[in-house]
Order: sequence, then C-alpha cells, then structure tokens
Amino acid sequence: MSAARVGIVTFPGTLDDQDAARAVRLAGAEAVPLWHADHDLNGVDAVFLPGGFSYGDYLRCGAISRFAPLMDELIPAALAGLPVLGTCNGFQILCEAHLLPGALTRNASLHYICRDQRLRVESDRTAWTHDFAAGQEIVLPVKHGEGRYVASDETLAELEADGRVVFRYLGNPNGSLNDIAGITNEAGNVVGLMPHPEHAVEDLVGAPSTDGRAFFTSILRKLVNS
Amino acid sequence: MLKPEILDPQGQAIARALPRLGFAGVSAVRQGKRFEIELDGPADESALADVRKMAETLLANTVIEDYVVRVEG
Repeated sequence: MSAARVGIVTFPGTLDDQDAARAVRLAGAEAVPLWHADHDLNGVDAVFLPGGFSYGDYLRCGAISRFAPLMDELIPAALAGLPVLGTCNGFQILCEAHLLPGALTRNASLHYICRDQRLRVESDRTAWTHDFAAGQEIVLPVKHGEGRYVASDETLAELEADGRVVFRYLGNPNGSLNDIAGITNEAGNVVGLMPHPEHAVEDLVGAPSTDGRAFFTSILRKLVNS
Repeated sequence: MLKPEILDPQGQAIARALPRLGFAGVSAVRQGKRFEIELDGPADESALADVRKMAETLLANTVIEDYVVRVEG
C-alpha cells in the first residue's frame, strides 16, 4: 500500500512548513508541498496549515490567506470531510475561513509569547487526536502574539457542550477564554490549535517533548483505516 | 472596531499611558481601524453596497468586529 499523502500549505510568510513536512515524514507519510496560489490540492489525503506570518499578518492574522486560490479548493474539501490541521497561523486562517468558530486576538499581555506550554488533551475523538487519551497532559511549544481565543458566549457554550474543545492550557499564557488552546469542527475532521506539534517530534533538536508525534500517528491511523 | 464585549488590551494600554502624560478624565480607550477607500465613480447606493460587502468579507471580521461606512469628501 502506498503511503498516506499529507499536504503542507505554504503561503507567502509561512515559516513552519519545513518542520511540518519533516514531522509528517517521520510519522511515515508522504509530505506533499501545496502552494497558496494553486487551485490544486494534488489529491492529498489530509492537509496541514502550518504557522508563520502569512501575508505579514496584514489586516488581521490569516485574513488575506483565507482568500488564497488554494483555499477555494480547501474550504469545500474540508466541509466534505478532508482532515485539516491548522497550527498557530494555520488556526487563525481556519477561523478567518469560518471552518472553525471564533477568532484569535492579541494576547492579553500584549507580549509575544515563546515558551514550552503544558496542555490537557480534552478530546481524543478528532481525526488528529485519536492517539492521545482524553485527560492526558502534554507539553508543546507556543510562539505567538495573537493567540487569545475569543468567541461569543453561545459559541463557547456550544463548544463545551459538544466536547469540541480539544486542548486546554494548563496555565493560560494569553488570556484565551475558557483556557482554550485548540478546537474542532462538528465533524471532528478540522482541528486548530495555537501550540506547535510539528516542533515537538524529535529529542535531537531540544524539543520539550515528543508529544507532537501523536497528531501525525493519529491521522495516519485514520487514513489507513478509512 | 472590536465589539464592546471583546477585550482590547491595546486600548487599555493607551488608557493607562494617558494619565502619565498628564491627560486626566479619560475613563476608557478602544482602538480600531480606519480604511479610506477611493471610488472611481460617485458614492451612490450601489457603490456603497459594494463597500459594505468589502467590509463584511475582508475588512472586518464580524465575529469580533463591528464596522460603520461613512461617506466623506
């Protein structure tokens, strides 16, 4: 059987696409580069929107990327069930594209935060978190200036009631409502989070953990089983 | 503008700076964005409808922001 193919999207200003591709390859999948200006998903089985400062964060983080030609293909595919993971700027893009509810705003402290962050896995029922256990505590790097998750009271209540909060901060770094670090859509195929699993897959580079690996083994297991 | 219920830490930082500069009597500051859009033709209803659509789709994130369209000049 051929390896699962995970697309890694590069926008102008994306930074983490190489780490994302490496994390995907380490998990045993093929990393397929996808270019923002193409109207082509290249037949991939899943898509990773990595972090960075796409379009210089102009206007709002992710606001311009959301209208990139590739997104015209990605949005309907995600709505049809294609697994999509967005980290950091990728999470911001997913919110701007309304694939996930709410928005990411300036950190309450106004400081850019770069640190190893403890998190609790709240849901192991998404395409990207099957290989975690609900309640498990993990450590992933965070690095962002606009990571404060906000949403209306109704949206927050809905996310909580439906178990769609996927990760919660232990020690909230940015003022996110309900300590939310990551969420999923109703179907569980689209997941967005501010922390960076792709930076926590190898001991060699001084990562605080290798907890990020489970994202990629999760998606591989799902693709192989589907 | 950020909706009233959305925390605006930038506005708060500005509000804290004002008394240090000797400006008294400011109870709150909210920070927003202003876009100046020049049109080829007159700012009639159909042109303004387009501008509102621009605001709705790109200029503002209506999940967290409100917008107002004003005609000047």
